[in-house]
Amino acid sequence: MSVQTRNILLFALVFGLIIASGFYRSPDYALRVVNLGLISAIMAIGVNMQWGYAGLFNIGVMGFVALGGLMAVLVGMPPVPDAWTAGGPRALLALIVGGALIFAAVLAWARLPKGNVRAFAMLVLLGGGFFAYRGIFDPAVVAIEKVEPALLGYLGGLGWPVILAWPIGGLAAAGAAWLIGKTALGLRSDYLAIATLGIAEIIIAVLKNEEWLSRGVKNVNGVPRPVPYEIDLQNDPAFVERAQGLGLDPVVGSTLFVKLCYAGLFLAVLLIVMFLAQRALNSPWGRMMRAIRDNEVAAEAMGKDVTARHLQIFVLGSAVCGVAGAMLITHDSLFTPTSYQPLRFTFLIWVMVIVGGSGNNFGAVLGGFLIWFLWVEVEPLGLWLMDVITAGMAEDNWLKAHLQESAAHMRLLTMGLILLLVLRFSPRGLIPER
Amino acid sequence: MIDLLNALVVLMNFVVIPAAAYGAQLALGALGVTLIYGILRFSNFAHGDSMAFGAMCTILFTWWFQSMGITLGPLPTALLALPFGIVITAAVMLGTDRAVYAFYRAQKAKPVILVIVSMGVMFIMNGLVRFIIGPDDQRFADGERFIISVREFKALTGLKEGLAFKTGQGITLITAIIVVAALFWFLNRTRTGKSMRAFSDNEDLALLSGINPERVVAITWILVAALATIAGTLYGLDKSFKPFTYFQLLLPIFASAIVGGLGNPLGAIAGGFVIAFSEVTFTYAWKKVLKYALPENLEPTSLVQLLSTDYKFAVSFVILVIVLLFRPTGIFAGKAL
Repeated sequence: MSVQTRNILLFALVFGLIIASGFYRSPDYALRVVNLGLISAIMAIGVNMQWGYAGLFNIGVMGFVALGGLMAVLVGMPPVPDAWTAGGPRALLALIVGGALIFAAVLAWARLPKGNVRAFAMLVLLGGGFFAYRGIFDPAVVAIEKVEPALLGYLGGLGWPVILAWPIGGLAAAGAAWLIGKTALGLRSDYLAIATLGIAEIIIAVLKNEEWLSRGVKNVNGVPRPVPYEIDLQNDPAFVERAQGLGLDPVVGSTLFVKLCYAGLFLAVLLIVMFLAQRALNSPWGRMMRAIRDNEVAAEAMGKDVTARHLQIFVLGSAVCGVAGAMLITHDSLFTPTSYQPLRFTFLIWVMVIVGGSGNNFGAVLGGFLIWFLWVEVEPLGLWLMDVITAGMAEDNWLKAHLQESAAHMRLLTMGLILLLVLRFSPRGLIPER
Repeated sequence: MIDLLNALVVLMNFVVIPAAAYGAQLALGALGVTLIYGILRFSNFAHGDSMAFGAMCTILFTWWFQSMGITLGPLPTALLALPFGIVITAAVMLGTDRAVYAFYRAQKAKPVILVIVSMGVMFIMNGLVRFIIGPDDQRFADGERFIISVREFKALTGLKEGLAFKTGQGITLITAIIVVAALFWFLNRTRTGKSMRAFSDNEDLALLSGINPERVVAITWILVAALATIAGTLYGLDKSFKPFTYFQLLLPIFASAIVGGLGNPLGAIAGGFVIAFSEVTFTYAWKKVLKYALPENLEPTSLVQLLSTDYKFAVSFVILVIVLLFRPTGIFAGKAL
C-alpha cells in the first residue's frame, strides 16, 4: 500500500467516523464536530509550524488563541458611545503614555552610558511612569465600567464586519509572539516553554480582569456573525419553501444551513492556510527550517541566523493560532474568558500535532479532526465505561457514586496517556514527515 | 513612635510573614525542579502536579488518621501523615521514571522531548488527582489555627494593629529550614550526595569514576518526591488544597528556579524568596501601612495597590523576563544556556 493510499484511507476513516456519528446522534452534532474540527486543524497547523518545522516548544497556545478571540470581540462588537464619551479618550491616552514610557525606557537603556545616570533614568521612567500611567488610567476605567454595568460597562468594539477579526486576531497573536520570542529565543529550549506558559496565564488573567476591555468574567455575548441567523431564515418564506422541498423541518433546516455556512468559511480559511503552509514547507525556506531543526550548529556554520529564523516561524505559527482563536469566537458568538483552559487549548492541540504526525501539515489536519472527535466522544464513553465497571455494585455504594462522578476527569488521563503512548511507540505519528 | 510601630506590625502581618511562608513553599518547589534539571537535565513540567499528588496522598492519610482519632494535639495531623505521603509519592515517581523517562534517557533524547513527555506526565498526574480527590477545595488542617492571634497580640502589646501568626506559616518556615539543612547536609557531606553533585557537574567523568547512574537517578527522584510532597502539603496547610492552583504554581516555581540559576540549589532558595516577596509587595494595598508611616497630611486617599492580586503571576513573569534578558544564567550562575 503506497503512502498516498494509506493517507487517503486514514482521512476517509476519520470522516467516516464523523459521518457515522451524524447518523447515530444527529446531523447537527456531526456538523458541529466538523466545524470545531476545522478550527482545531488550523490551530494544529500553527503548532505544527513551530514544532514540526522548527522544533520550538510552545505551551502557551491558549494565550495566542485567546488573543485572537479577544480581537473578534474588539473588531466585531458595536462600539458603546456612552462609554467612549465617559472615558474612552482618557483610556487611550493612558495606553499611549504607557507604551511611550516603555519605549523611552528601552531607548534610555540602549543609548545612555552605563552608570548611575542610566539607573536613575530607568527608575524615573519606569517607577514614576507607572504611577503617572495609573493616575491617568484608573479614573477612565471607573468611568467606563459605570456605563450600564449589567449589560455593557466596556468600550465595545469597532463594529466592523467580524470576518476582519480573523486576520486582525492573527496580527495580535503575532505581536505577542514577537515580544516573547525576542526575549526567550536564542536561549535554552526550555526557556521558551516557560515564557510561553507565563504569557498565556497572563493573557487569560488580563481577559478575566480588565472589564473595560472585554467585560472580564461577565462575558461578551452576541458577537456578530458573518452568516445569517436561524430566526431570520425561519421567517424567510423562500428558505422555508426550499427546506420543505428537501423534506426538512424549517427549524432543523435553518440550523443545518447556518452550520454549513460556517463550515464553508472555515474550510476556505483552512485551504488558504494549508496552501501557504505547504508552499512554505516545500520552498528553500522550509528546507532551511528543517535543516536548522535537525542540526542547529551545522546550520549556523552555513551562515543561517538561527535565532532570527526561529523568531520568524514562532511569530508565523502563533499568528495562525490567533486566526483560529478569532474564528472560534465568531463560531460561538460568545466570549467567555473562563472557558480558556490549558488542557483544552494548549495540550489538546499538542496531542493533535503529535498523534497526526509532527512535521507534516496533512498529519496535523488529520490529528485535528481525529482528536477533536475523540475529545467529544471520550466523556460519554467514560461514563459508559464507569457504568459497566460499577454495574455489579450496589446502588448506594460510595465507590460507585465516586467513580461515576469522576468520569468527567477521564479526559485528562486519556489524553495524557495517548500522548505518552504515541511518543513512545510511534513518535512520527499517523502521517509521518516525508 | 507608636504609629511607626503600628506600621511595622501591619507590614509584618500582611507582607513579611505571608511572603516568607510563600517564599519557603516556592523555594522547596524550586529545589525539586532544580534537582531534576541538574541531574536529569530537563525542565520537569510535571512538578506542580507532583506537588498536588503528594499533598493529596498526605491528605488521604490525614483523613484516615483523623477518623481513627489519632492527632498531634496542637499541631496539624498532616505532619504525621507526611512521611506516608512521601513514600507513596516516591514510589509513584520511581514507577513513572521506569515506565516513561528511562526509555528516553537510554535513547539520549533531546531535552525538549523530555519536556514534552513531562507535559504528558503532568496531565496524567493532574487527571489522577482530580479522579481520586476531585477538583474542589479540600480542608485538612486541624489543631491550633494560630500561634499568635490578633487578639492575643493586641492584648500583649497594647498596639492598635494586630499581628496574626498562623500555625501553617510557622510550620512552613520551620519545616523548610529543617528540610533545606538536611538537603544541603546530604548533598555536601554524604558520599551519595557528593556522587550526585559530581554527576550533575560532569556526567562522563562521574561515569568514568564508577558512579552508578541509575542509582543517582533513583535517589534524585526520591528526593524530588519528598520535596514536592512537603512543598505541596505546606502550601495546602497554609492556603488550601485545590488541584488547579498547583498547576498555576508552576510559573512562579520555574521563575524562582531560573531567577536563582537553574541547577543551583542555593539559587532556587534565593529565587523562591525573591519571587514571593515581589509578588506580595506588588499586589499588597499599602494604604494601611502608609497611613501610619506618613505624617497626617500626606495620608494616601487610594489603596496604593500597584497591581490587583489577580496579576500576581504577572509579577513572577516580569521578573523572569528581566532575568532572561539581562542575566540568563540567573543570580547565582546556574548551568543554563
